[in-house]
Amino acid sequence: MSSELRELYQEVILDHSKRPRNFRALGDEVQKADGVNPLCGDKVTIYVVLEGDKVKDVAFQGSGCAISTASASVLTETIKGKTRAEVEALFQSFHALVTGEADAAAHAVELGKLAVFGGVSEFPTRVKCAILCWHTLQAALKGEGETVSTE
Amino acid sequence: MRTAGNVASASREPRAAFDVHRIRDDFPILQRQVYGKPLVYLDNAASSQKPRRVIDTIARFYEEDYANVHRGLHYLSERATEAYEGARAKVRSFLHAAQEREIVFVRGTTEAINLVAHGFGRKVLQPGDEILISAMEHHSNIVPWQMVCEERGARLRVVPIDDAGELLIDEVEKLLGPRTKLLALVHVSNALGTINPVETVIEMAHRRNVPVLLDGAQAVPHLAVDVQALDCDFYAFSGHKLYGPSGVGVLYGKAELLAAMSPYQGGGEMISSVTFEKTTYARIPAKFEAGTPNIAGAVGLGAAIDYVNSLGLEAVGAYENEMLAYATAKLAEIPQVRLIGTARRKAGVLSFVIDGIHPHDIGTVLDREGIAIRAGHHCAQPVMERYGVPATARASLACYNTKDEIDALVAGIGKVVEVFA
Repeated sequence: MSSELRELYQEVILDHSKRPRNFRALGDEVQKADGVNPLCGDKVTIYVVLEGDKVKDVAFQGSGCAISTASASVLTETIKGKTRAEVEALFQSFHALVTGEADAAAHAVELGKLAVFGGVSEFPTRVKCAILCWHTLQAALKGEGETVSTE
Repeated sequence: MRTAGNVASASREPRAAFDVHRIRDDFPILQRQVYGKPLVYLDNAASSQKPRRVIDTIARFYEEDYANVHRGLHYLSERATEAYEGARAKVRSFLHAAQEREIVFVRGTTEAINLVAHGFGRKVLQPGDEILISAMEHHSNIVPWQMVCEERGARLRVVPIDDAGELLIDEVEKLLGPRTKLLALVHVSNALGTINPVETVIEMAHRRNVPVLLDGAQAVPHLAVDVQALDCDFYAFSGHKLYGPSGVGVLYGKAELLAAMSPYQGGGEMISSVTFEKTTYARIPAKFEAGTPNIAGAVGLGAAIDYVNSLGLEAVGAYENEMLAYATAKLAEIPQVRLIGTARRKAGVLSFVIDGIHPHDIGTVLDREGIAIRAGHHCAQPVMERYGVPATARASLACYNTKDEIDALVAGIGKVVEVFA
């Protein structure tokens, strides 16, 4: 396997895609949003429970490729306990990472486990897979209940 | 002459005559490498690669004969018009249509179907009327009908398919009713590879005076099509899947149907006279070719037809069938792979899923091996729904694919399984 592929499908990503964390529904009374990628059919629903300004609980459901499933799974692990502003800052760093505008090493501290998605930047067609759940999270946090689309 | 006595030697004949390595030399792109590996191009149902003959014809046309068509009095305009109309003649002969005016140049299959939906559908559909399609249609043979049905208060009805991906013929009979105004059916399914029994279906429809449109996008590269023998009323296909350029395609329509249809777009070329009070439309096919057409595209398509004729579609079909059988058997040996689309009559499409591995991940791993396949819903979401999968991986064959390439695909799938197991 090529080194780029190994970078893309790191152990952590494979593990999260096979055994996604927080993969459950949190009921209709919580804030949630749906995301779709009409080009590939990936679907994700993100549920968030806020306590004041902080994410008290977060979970997801859906179907998609290894990258999109792992991305949503790591997202839920990463943002629990964070404030809206912290989540937004993380998304900006994550976005820069997967689009190749920033490298993982420079942002290692704030990215934490999210740094494993650095390999995505070598695969432009897969950036949307990694980012869909984050856009969906933003919509869920706004509580507008609209469906997010990559297109 | 083949007689009963030399069947054995006759059956070997096509293989000997069909020299795939010589054919591969005709396609410059097949010589290149991707990611340092030889290109294995198995995305032919999306678009096929172009032989040098097509590339050179287009280049030479621009270098030597290009001008606008049908209007200029000058030398080059005459040359260009000759080339453009020459391409129409080639298409007529390729489809075995009766007349050249039954051949309309469009951008592709999608535009051809939209043209019929607009020019025929809008004209004939009354509230409560029905258009009949099948459950294995590409979005381009669903959405235009949905749009026109919604506008006219008509109903879209769908012939179901079985688990193998075959059309349920009895259902065609049941669904053809007094309100059916058109049957629009895919000739060869892009997502499943099924070759539909179009002769039978056309006969059934015609017994009830229902005209039939065939979406031939996936058929013309693999099967000889004779629109008169089929007696189909409309036939649509794209140039780019037939080794020709993108942006050009064909609508065949029976002359009396085309003549009765409303124009699709207004503009230059499609008129016979214009005043601010009234415009008289040109005759067919000009009526449907508003504006400057894709001149070089049509010329390139003509060259692609010449190329395919030089190979012989029968030989191409026989060779591809052999490759399909080989690939089907090889994929069946991989326990994790499940084929979607196992009709008895199939063209070279291998749609498959692997339990627990998303088609996009399959596509990405294969891509890095130099193997180009398609992963997704193939613009046939209802088909995906029918099989309960969000997407499939699809390898699709052309005349230049080899057993070695199929072996490379199989080895690549082995790597996929290794990574995600």
